[in-house]
Amino acid sequence: MSVITKVCLPLDPQQAETLTAGTPVRLYGSLYTARDAAHKRLVQCLAKGEDLPLSLKNELLYYVGPCPARPGRVIGSAGPTTSGRVDSYTPRLLAEGLRGMMGKGDRAPEVVESMKKYKAVYFTALGGAGAILAAKIKRAEVFAYPDLGPEAIYRLEVEDFPAVVAIDAFGNNLYREGREKYIRR
Amino acid sequence: MREISVSLLVETISELCLEANLVLNADLYRALEKAVEEEESPVGKECLSNLVANADAARQNQLALCQDTGMVVVFAELGQEVRIVGGDFEAAITEGVRHGYEQGFFRCSVVNDPFLRENTSDNTPPVIYTRIVPGDTLRLTVVPKGFGSENMGAVQMLTPAEGKEGVKRFIVNTVLKAGANPCPPLIIGVGVGGTMEYAGLLAKKALLRPVGDKHPRSDLAELEDELLTAVNNLGIGPQGLGGRITALAVHLEVYPTHIAGLPCAVNLSCHSLRHKTKVL
Repeated sequence: MSVITKVCLPLDPQQAETLTAGTPVRLYGSLYTARDAAHKRLVQCLAKGEDLPLSLKNELLYYVGPCPARPGRVIGSAGPTTSGRVDSYTPRLLAEGLRGMMGKGDRAPEVVESMKKYKAVYFTALGGAGAILAAKIKRAEVFAYPDLGPEAIYRLEVEDFPAVVAIDAFGNNLYREGREKYIRR
Repeated sequence: MREISVSLLVETISELCLEANLVLNADLYRALEKAVEEEESPVGKECLSNLVANADAARQNQLALCQDTGMVVVFAELGQEVRIVGGDFEAAITEGVRHGYEQGFFRCSVVNDPFLRENTSDNTPPVIYTRIVPGDTLRLTVVPKGFGSENMGAVQMLTPAEGKEGVKRFIVNTVLKAGANPCPPLIIGVGVGGTMEYAGLLAKKALLRPVGDKHPRSDLAELEDELLTAVNNLGIGPQGLGGRITALAVHLEVYPTHIAGLPCAVNLSCHSLRHKTKVL
């Protein structure tokens, strides 16, 4: 296994560009959550020429709809959801300065092209490990679109949050490379 | 007639929702532990051991195994000598889901309408399948089904000429297209025969067999083995990051069908296949 790289959030554009596919990372700092419904609203907002409820510059969007917190806890289970469902919205958000994304699964070619253009990075966290990932979230607050319930935009503070660079700013792709090593034709 | 009250029904469904989302079934837990030993990819091995750790953390901390606590599918087998008293059968099941999800602090993932898409905020309604069977018991199975994997399933109306090879090709292609999205290692439910919707139901029910139990018919057990090998040869691996173990098991169920058809459905489950059963 490669050496684990510490990544502070919001992202440093220079670091984002140097992270290579396959690198295990630990995330520290603040990020925003967004899933299907929030993405739809963000992109509609931009289409109408309105201001977004948050600045995306150098931010990382984590594709997650967490479980509610039990009393006395920060958050419930909070693992990644499938990223591909927001692919159609992503290039527009990258154009707004979004620097990083985290979810699970491969991305569409047009997302990868936009990532290369805007020097953004895509991480994957372990899908279906929401119970252990919840422990890495130290603060959680609803930031925008509270009416969306679990699909609202949350601001999270994370510490030592484990992820892997799945697609880097040069388009290298861990999903393709990883499979290539183990395929039996 | 034996009487079963709706209040018992509500309580039972609620308990099953809680248990299913918090405690990974022992058969699946063992299958994951075995996969940790067998996986050759270091990244895959680490994913798998973290999934075992996640199941431990969920149980110990009363956290849902996965934040996608699913849309609830309920299978009810109602003995024909049972009378449900004190209210409406389906309303009681729905109330049980509502109660369980509130008690468990589980995510509410159901929207009221596929186009309007407003969250119902209590994870209802569930999808309910009731069969009337001989006897005086009520068997209830709760399946909280996550949609990362549900979205990647497929149905194909194959022709009889395509036969077993056509079925194999369709299943392997479905898993290949799904890639990392359904959270491998998968449990693959396959339904062959019946009608279009019945093949889908068979595929869902196939998921409920203990993980890795073979079909009692030897030719079908052999087909399951062939399919598991073919799927694992794809190299997708745990989380789709490359590896030997793309699926833990393939479970196939069959039913008589029409002379003109060979319906085939694939229902994929992520590694966090959740289902609990209780007999009243």
